[in-house]
Amino acid sequence: MPQIFHRSANTIAKVSIFGTVFFLAGLGWYGATIVRSPWTTRVGHALDQPVPFSHQHHVEGLGIDCRYCHTSVEDSSFAGIPPTQTCMNCHSVMWNKAPMLEPVRESFRTEEPIQWVRVHDLPDFVYFDHSIHVAKGVACITCHGPVNEMPLTWRQNTLRMEWCLQCHKAPEKQIGPKDKVFDVHWKKPANFEETHKEVISEAKLGKITNCSICHR
Amino acid sequence: MKEEASLLAQVREKLQGLKGPQFWKSLDELADNEEFRTYLKEEYPYGAAEFDKPVDRRDFLKLMGASLLLSGLAGCKPQPLEKIVPYVKAVEDIVPGKPLFYATSYLFNGSAIGLLVESHLGRPTKVEGNPEHPESLGATNLFAQASVLSLYDPDRSKAVLNAGRVSTWSRFVTQLAEDLESQKAAQGTGVRVLSGPLTSPTLLAQAKEFLALYPKAKWVEYDPVFRDYERAGSELAFGEVVDPVYSFDKADIVVSLDADFLFSLPGSICYAKQFISRRSLPGDGMNRLYALESTPTLTGAAADHVMRSSASDVLRFAAALAGKTGVTIPSDNTPLTPKETEWLNAVAKDLNANRGKCLVVAGRDQTPAVHALAHAMNKALGNAGTTVKYISPVEERASRHIQALKELSAELASGKVELLITLDVNPVYNAPADLEFEKHYLKAPRRVHYGLFVDETALMAHWHVPGTHYLEHFSDARAFDGTASMVQPLIKPLYAGKSPHEFASALLGKKDESGEDIVINYWKKIWGESDFTTKWRRALHAGFVQGTVSAPKNVSAKSGFNPQEIAYPAAAQGLELIIRPDPSVWDGSFANNSWLQELPKFLTTLTWDNAAIISPKLAEKEGLKQDDVVELKAGAGVVEASIYVLPGQPDESVTVHLGYGRTAGGELAKDRGFNAYRLRTSKEPSFLSGLRLRKTGKTNRLASTQNHHSMENRDLIRKGTLEEYSKDPEFAVVEHHTPYKGDPSMYPQYPYEGYAWGMVINLNACIGCNACVVACQSENNVPTVGKKEVLNSREMHWIRIDRYFSGDLDNPEKDHQPVLCMHCEKAPCEPVCPVGATTHSDEGLNEMTYNRCVGTKYCSNNCPYKVRRFNFFEYADKNVETLKMQRNPDVTVRARGVMEKCTFCVQRINSARIEAKKADRRIKDGDVVTACQSACPTQAIVFGDINDPESAVAKLKKLPLNYGLLTELNTVPRVSYLAKVKNPNPELVPNTGVPSHGH
Repeated sequence: MPQIFHRSANTIAKVSIFGTVFFLAGLGWYGATIVRSPWTTRVGHALDQPVPFSHQHHVEGLGIDCRYCHTSVEDSSFAGIPPTQTCMNCHSVMWNKAPMLEPVRESFRTEEPIQWVRVHDLPDFVYFDHSIHVAKGVACITCHGPVNEMPLTWRQNTLRMEWCLQCHKAPEKQIGPKDKVFDVHWKKPANFEETHKEVISEAKLGKITNCSICHR
Repeated sequence: MKEEASLLAQVREKLQGLKGPQFWKSLDELADNEEFRTYLKEEYPYGAAEFDKPVDRRDFLKLMGASLLLSGLAGCKPQPLEKIVPYVKAVEDIVPGKPLFYATSYLFNGSAIGLLVESHLGRPTKVEGNPEHPESLGATNLFAQASVLSLYDPDRSKAVLNAGRVSTWSRFVTQLAEDLESQKAAQGTGVRVLSGPLTSPTLLAQAKEFLALYPKAKWVEYDPVFRDYERAGSELAFGEVVDPVYSFDKADIVVSLDADFLFSLPGSICYAKQFISRRSLPGDGMNRLYALESTPTLTGAAADHVMRSSASDVLRFAAALAGKTGVTIPSDNTPLTPKETEWLNAVAKDLNANRGKCLVVAGRDQTPAVHALAHAMNKALGNAGTTVKYISPVEERASRHIQALKELSAELASGKVELLITLDVNPVYNAPADLEFEKHYLKAPRRVHYGLFVDETALMAHWHVPGTHYLEHFSDARAFDGTASMVQPLIKPLYAGKSPHEFASALLGKKDESGEDIVINYWKKIWGESDFTTKWRRALHAGFVQGTVSAPKNVSAKSGFNPQEIAYPAAAQGLELIIRPDPSVWDGSFANNSWLQELPKFLTTLTWDNAAIISPKLAEKEGLKQDDVVELKAGAGVVEASIYVLPGQPDESVTVHLGYGRTAGGELAKDRGFNAYRLRTSKEPSFLSGLRLRKTGKTNRLASTQNHHSMENRDLIRKGTLEEYSKDPEFAVVEHHTPYKGDPSMYPQYPYEGYAWGMVINLNACIGCNACVVACQSENNVPTVGKKEVLNSREMHWIRIDRYFSGDLDNPEKDHQPVLCMHCEKAPCEPVCPVGATTHSDEGLNEMTYNRCVGTKYCSNNCPYKVRRFNFFEYADKNVETLKMQRNPDVTVRARGVMEKCTFCVQRINSARIEAKKADRRIKDGDVVTACQSACPTQAIVFGDINDPESAVAKLKKLPLNYGLLTELNTVPRVSYLAKVKNPNPELVPNTGVPSHGH
């Protein structure tokens, strides 16, 4: 009986089927990696701000505590961005003629607030509360990275839900002593959970993997 | 629909053959005919989607392939950058993320309800009651809850208008000064000011000052929902006008003579709490309520015995009752029927046996004679001083509104009025029709209007000045017991509005005094200068001035009446028309408030419309059915109205509600329903006989929610009498509804070790007032959908109040049952979600994660309680800027295609848990109060931690009256109910007369 299909049809069929499968899988992997890449998550991207504020200078250089500017971090869900008044507390006297700080002075003069670009931005359907994290011993630098080494501010972590869940599933691995929450220089020793069991138990960590904890 | 006549015949036949009590939500449900069953099936259709032109396979694959490819792409883009904007100078007290509460008061129908209003970043978002204020006691009514939306109403007036063109305040003041100047020589003889009731001490002082400046001018007060009859009645009984203040908690027997004291009197929130406190936990101290009703109201629904009567006959009843309780009355030519007499005898016996511990209340819409008789009865029964006290009128001038408006209208007609100023009133719309106010209003050569909206009166005025909402200005008011309440703003006026005091101060010729200063100056006069700041701050902090409750007055009532004081009506001719304020838009001032328009009115569950309410018998007689349009003629007025058949309505009466048929005042207010003010006359503003009703043959579908989300009558209300309860406290526990001993599941029980949230709804306490529905809508950003979607059963209320009738078709008992998400421990909605958008928390909450939901709707299909709501369209308004300000920032605003439901106010639970964790303690009972719980005047809803044995909810769940809905489905709901126990008089046949629950 004459063959309907040429011999090459075998090869074409195999190549196309395996090829499609691998191609789609590759596409999927590529997509999944793209979604986690800094291009999408902006990890490490120092975003352009109206004023090039340097946390390195203010925190490391001058030793200002986080709470001087981010005042409501222990009380409220929102940590707080300092009003122009806070900047002017010092900058009405120091560097008060510097061109770099002109937007700050202008804001204070015209009573128009400075429009900063938000670096740590969660989607609107996520309800994050700063005060409880701080109260339980999660240090600022745990999530925000070594802010005192950032001449411009960038996101250190992806802030994706999978990243949040890493801690929420096992919070005892991430928390530290309550008095070290605002200490940017404190380095957590290697097996903290074993050596400092009383810190962990005092934190009274509950079950925090329910959906409604963050999504409501 | 089949002919209503045969429907009613079916219904009556069905009721005859009943063995146990049956509860029904509508006549269609009771008849249970083919059409109704089809309707039920179609609400949650099985396999409903049938395309007309099914898509062929190739197109289908193309579509699906493309969407699969495209769906992933949304996740690939980086999140758009957002700005974060701090203050320039931080505001003291405001911590972003934490709301602040301010005390203020809401002036409703002439008396002030004390409030605590929640404010997020300077925007008021939610109204709560003020626990220390006597008229609120921590609760609110539906009008106060909905008032926050009116603040942000996009149709509010934004600018001064001069003959329809935008102008300015200063131009208005200049013109006004000129007009008043020309009137000065004549001492203001041509000047008239028409305002609402002057219960604000500051505004009253300003009015007095105005009248001192222009001695011949008049300041007239008018409110379409008036207290005229009450005042005339007290004058008849005591010789002076006094306001009665009731103490229902001290009364063992209460008799209502057509009085809806649970809802529509000043102080009703407090009265409801007092009344229910004597019956919420049935037992020995339970009170008994007899209600004589001319139209079904909430008070009748809560009553143990209801006697229907035409409104004109209430006088007859009142007189007969007075005669039996020690008051001398003239004889009646048309005495009562034997059945009525039997009823009255039982009532009189109960009253006489409880002297000093009973109460007779006369309805606001009843004639002065009825009020006088009620006062005389209370005096004769020794109630004065215990269950009722009398105070000087809260409205100091205690004017007769209808009479005053009539005089004003006559003066306008004769051309006496040269300058007419209307302050927060809309007489062109709501004056009685026979006054022809619209016509005569135009005769005044200068007309000035002040109000929140450009309403019917503003359209005819020369000048319109935009008013401020009570959340935008300083003011004061009096509560029903005289307490001076403070009104303070939570936000600066959104538009160019002026407060009523600023407007009045312009009338006084004062230049640009601020509202705050005006109120401060008034109180400085009262308190003096020393220590003023402390007193002022204290008053603002509390929301009212301590120690200003009016002292009780000693009044002497008559012991008997002369025949001319009690004019018995002639035998009623034809149909009677009853005119009442609407249960949700009241007198029409809330007609543009979408929450209130969409709120299912109690008892009728109508939305977005008013109707002519008739009884089943009258429907049969006239051959009418629901949705038929009829023409109503009374006096000189003619309107066309849709029919609503309400079991419990007296047979020869037609009830209409005011507030609809508006022609201005906002997009939602216009052209909706019919204008019942056309049927009102100044002589008979509340009820009249001789109504002519004519069928037109047209129909107009009414959007009633009574059949929506039906749980199909499976033993939902459990009721009994006090006698049955005393004999068998466990009457509500029904064996075969819990067929399994222990847990029938193979899986181990989940150990709820931490908090376990649960709720108990006390059916003895729920009066069906709808405050919880609006409170939930306000707290949780629940959208409104409009009449068309309500007709499709798509109203979005997370909590609904099901209303059930039972017993005799013509005079049934009515029960209210709030239904919300039961947060079932074994929720049927959870396992069926394909994407895991609804999960169960370890505290027992059934969670809803909107961002995961893809809109399969399988969960709502599976829910037996039908409490899930789907956003079929983009119901949430994302365009109007001011409406965005009202939204609660702690709750997601849902988009199209997402399911939502009650969350037990998870935002409040989370916030309380965080505070408790920070303070290293447990959440105490009372830390978490859901929105519905806090709004309820009678505390029918109790929420808390059932794992805490000391919590209120845990204790209530242990009562034998506690039962769950549809527990035979093994859903293990966390929301349970306390069975209703009524306290009927054993000598009277109660409406149902059969024990226990229904099947």
